[in-house]
Amino acid sequence: MVLSTSLLSERGGSSDGVGMEIIKRISDELSDGEADKIELLTLEALRQGLSPEIILKEGLIAGMNIIGERFKQGELFVPEVLLAARAMQAGMNILKPRLIQTGVKPAGRIIIGTVKGDLHDIGKNLVAMMLEGGGFEIIDLGIDTAPERFVKEVRDKKPQILAMSALLTTTLPMMKATIEALKAEGLRDKVKILVGGAPLSQRYADEIGSDGYAPDAVSAVAKARELLNLTGT
Amino acid sequence: MVIIGEKINSSNKKVASALGKKDMEFIQKLAKEQVEAGADYIDVNAGMFGDQEAELLAWLVKTVQAVVRTPCCLDSPNPDAIKEALEVHQGRAMVNSITSEKERYQKLVPLVKHYQAKVIALCLGEKGIPETVDERFLSAKRIIDDLLKEGFHLPDIYVDPLIQPIAINSSAAIIALELIERVMKCYLGIHTVCGISNISYGLPLRRMLNVSFLIMARAKGLDTAILDPCDHLVLSAVLASEALAGKDAHGLKYISAFRKGRIK
Repeated sequence: MVLSTSLLSERGGSSDGVGMEIIKRISDELSDGEADKIELLTLEALRQGLSPEIILKEGLIAGMNIIGERFKQGELFVPEVLLAARAMQAGMNILKPRLIQTGVKPAGRIIIGTVKGDLHDIGKNLVAMMLEGGGFEIIDLGIDTAPERFVKEVRDKKPQILAMSALLTTTLPMMKATIEALKAEGLRDKVKILVGGAPLSQRYADEIGSDGYAPDAVSAVAKARELLNLTGT
Repeated sequence: MVIIGEKINSSNKKVASALGKKDMEFIQKLAKEQVEAGADYIDVNAGMFGDQEAELLAWLVKTVQAVVRTPCCLDSPNPDAIKEALEVHQGRAMVNSITSEKERYQKLVPLVKHYQAKVIALCLGEKGIPETVDERFLSAKRIIDDLLKEGFHLPDIYVDPLIQPIAINSSAAIIALELIERVMKCYLGIHTVCGISNISYGLPLRRMLNVSFLIMARAKGLDTAILDPCDHLVLSAVLASEALAGKDAHGLKYISAFRKGRIK
């Protein structure tokens, strides 16, 4: 908490418009991956009277977009992205109740899980974090998720996107099995399907009848936005 | 150190395309160059081919063993594919891999026993990879003890501590190293094996981390590794760490490899 005064006091004022400077700092400093700092900056932004929506979109999400881009360019590496995503979540946790209060809708709801028989969760978790960082509401079903479970959750929670991960060549067929199960229940056209995982390719993703394939966590966000025809940030 | 050459893996695009058209020459070249570089086993994997996996895995074994006398490491969780591959394999194969998961375990054990193969056992728990060293050791102990009850001998069991990226968990390497040490001390005569490259996922200059980890693991007793023996840096690290671990009398293997230009 000592940090807060020393960090924020000298720039606390919002002489330039309505505190846009602090928004820029949130976005810039996400890449340091310090959750405490982002929490404090988020609180400070709220104190300055900025709306939770602005802080989210122009601070946290914009910051994560920059991080995603730098990761793509090979400037940042996985641990740095991970820390930034955690810092982003720290900020999100403060904003969440206020966003709900003010009735701000997330970019969309996404159900995510690793398919049946597959216990890998590292990539899936990273994708979930990045999607959350992209402004989506995430329901994470975890690992070893059976097609019936995906079907049930899609029916109950009505997500716009179902995202599946498989890391084993032997569990890849469970993606198709899940898509078939959705078809059998008449739910296939109610949800977009996004797939990813090391053994996948665009060709395989097309073959099994998914709507999109993302080779990494950063492209997953772009792909999800594309699937829902979202533009801008 | 026992080297399992990793290059014939269908997750590699060139290998997958060669497998797709049954390009014998391509596969045999990979087998030969790995054996020349010092591979003791040739890993074969046809996992990308779903329904055709069993047939292709057996084809890989025949294709490889037509040009080298080296045994294969049959890389598949699918008991049907393992069965077909074991049927055509000459000598004692290594099966990669078995877990405590019931169905897979019950199908694989009789096969491995019947063909007197060696086996790689993964330290998987009920819910994925156990997080702490203690939990992971318990899952190792469970599968080792089960295999011993089945009549397996310790020198035919290769325990894989499961390597996770340090990019995700900073303790991932330490956990694996401690596990290697504990398994090697508790079960004299057993082997430990790992694929090293997972350790460096998500970080720059991956070879540097792979090689450093290999050397650290050698110091803890790791005696088998799945790697690319044609990579000079990797092979140099293998031979240097062998010499440093006192496993190469008078450093003669190291000297010989240097003289032949295999390490530089």
